[in-house]
Amino acid sequence: MIEIRNLSRRFGPVTAVDDVSLTIAKGEMVALVGTSGSGKTTLLRMINRLVEPTSGAVLLNGQDTAGLPAHLLRRRIGYAIQGHGLFPHYSVARNIAAVPELLGWPAAQIRERVDELLTLFGMPPADFRDRRPAALSGGQQQRVGVARALAARPEVLLMDEPFGALDPVTRAQAQADLRRIQRQLGTTTILVTHDMEEALALGDRIAVMDRGRLVQCADPATILTRPATDFVARLTGRSDRPFRLLGLLPVADLVEPGEAEGAPVDPELSAREALAECLWSGRSALPLAGGGRVTLDRLTERARGAE
Amino acid sequence: MRIDRPGLVLAALGAAAMPLPFMQFRANRIVAGEAMAMPVWAIAAACVLLAIGAFRLPQVWRLGAAAVGIGLLIWLVGDMATGLDAPPAARASPGSGLWLLLGVFALLLADAITKMRPGLRMQTAILILACAAMAIVLVSGHLADVSVMREYAARSDIFASHARRHLLLAFGSLTAALAVGVPLGIWLHRERTARPSVMGTLNLVQTLPSLALFGMMIPLLSWVAASVPGAAALGIAGIGFAPALIALFLYSLLPVVGNTVVGLDGASPEAREAGRGMGMTPWQVLSRVSIPLALPVIVAAVRIVLVQNIGLAVIAGLIGGGGFGTFVFQGLAQNAADLILLGAIPTVVMALVAGIALDLVVKALQR
Repeated sequence: MIEIRNLSRRFGPVTAVDDVSLTIAKGEMVALVGTSGSGKTTLLRMINRLVEPTSGAVLLNGQDTAGLPAHLLRRRIGYAIQGHGLFPHYSVARNIAAVPELLGWPAAQIRERVDELLTLFGMPPADFRDRRPAALSGGQQQRVGVARALAARPEVLLMDEPFGALDPVTRAQAQADLRRIQRQLGTTTILVTHDMEEALALGDRIAVMDRGRLVQCADPATILTRPATDFVARLTGRSDRPFRLLGLLPVADLVEPGEAEGAPVDPELSAREALAECLWSGRSALPLAGGGRVTLDRLTERARGAE
Repeated sequence: MRIDRPGLVLAALGAAAMPLPFMQFRANRIVAGEAMAMPVWAIAAACVLLAIGAFRLPQVWRLGAAAVGIGLLIWLVGDMATGLDAPPAARASPGSGLWLLLGVFALLLADAITKMRPGLRMQTAILILACAAMAIVLVSGHLADVSVMREYAARSDIFASHARRHLLLAFGSLTAALAVGVPLGIWLHRERTARPSVMGTLNLVQTLPSLALFGMMIPLLSWVAASVPGAAALGIAGIGFAPALIALFLYSLLPVVGNTVVGLDGASPEAREAGRGMGMTPWQVLSRVSIPLALPVIVAAVRIVLVQNIGLAVIAGLIGGGGFGTFVFQGLAQNAADLILLGAIPTVVMALVAGIALDLVVKALQR
């Protein structure tokens, strides 16, 4: 779907992105993680050619993007940025309609698509269509920003710290919504973040960048249990690692037959939340709402990374 | 009842104005005149109106008192001038007391309107109403025997053409400044390195005194008229309309270019970045995002330039460029204050109306 081949970008003497190769499958969500200055945003911006590569190539469905006019390429790629970048002088509907308008869709089709997206993001079209961005909350603005990026059914969605400006509660909700909508639409997504927690929550795979180089690209569990370098290990947070690992897993996966004391817990919870419940209530096993139990021993065993 | 402080100050000023001469009567327009006082009943009425303005009454009352006050003064000055039944050469002109009282009531009116916080539509309606009232008073002929209107009557044949010329100077130079300044501002917005030299030059032009600018243009334009074929036929000459228009154009460039650059620079960088990222061409980013967002700032420049040029266009009279300045400089040369006023009053009214109207446009755009 997207193939990044030996991509480099130098700004004067500084090499921002250094020989990065990465292939992203159709429908996959990849989180690009790194500290500030690691080159993750530059890498992202080379995909829609807001930054031109010094060397290397980006292939979209096997086609070299360098051969296309940049503005036409960008109309095929959704782009959502921190602070949403909505047009303050346009209504919500016109903001979402921006790319379809550039592509010359018929007006009726645009209207239909706008209402469809507003509904998808839980914003009743009749209430929101004609509002100005200034009349929305931060979370609503962010959702309109993502809806706008998805309006023309792009093949790829690029997101640069899309949740950076949100408070923690709104942010968790926005992440859950994004995951649900991305699964539903099957849009190939690349998300830049400096927050490992966010990368673990959203990424099918996590690509870690350090000083312009791609140091590891793997699924979340592998990143946590087998970090390729010391830098990756530090980024995952040594003190948080066991909990983050459990956070990837639904507690239902650890169920075993048997009985346990106390109130049953929801099997949809993550193993991390089950562990917290064990520690907080002082129990060594919890009954699950649907039958069976999960033991503290099994939880701690998984927290060490054992299968 | 509580005191309204600005109203109290205005009432005191008004009271101080009452002993001053209300009108001046002169046998002809050159000789010294004799002062005419306000009739006692009018003084009493003005005192009551000023007292209403000095208390914290409903603003509609204060507004009404100010409007009635202005109406009273205008009616009185026309009536007194007509009542003199003076020969055509005699002049009954407004005195310092009248001017001061008019100013006091105008300020009271403005104060009351501001405190009423009218909406945009209401403000527009008030402006239109005020213009209509002025037109009705002028057309009615009630002021025909007041000195300024007698000067007008003596020059009614050329007044209209000078008014047109004045408007042409102000709006023509504005149009030219927009046609050149906005593209220049867009270019400077993109080419930061060119900014210091261009803005420095425009700043320098702005500091040149207008007389010096005219002085420099006389040889320059004379040479153009003499050596470029067809230039003289277009009306280009060392003095007259062309150098006046060029001077006003040059003075207009700095506000237009400066505000265009500031407005475009201030247009939300995230919105511009988003526009580029979604596949807008540079021209589309400019026309759909940057310029609409910069528009209130650019229109603010139009306001500055228009008000400035309506005032500055008076100097065109100095070099035979026409406009209301012609009357002002003739009046200065003849020591005829009424003739000066015939040029000055329309200029001030035009500048005020243009300034208020464009303020309303800026506010409408910012909503």
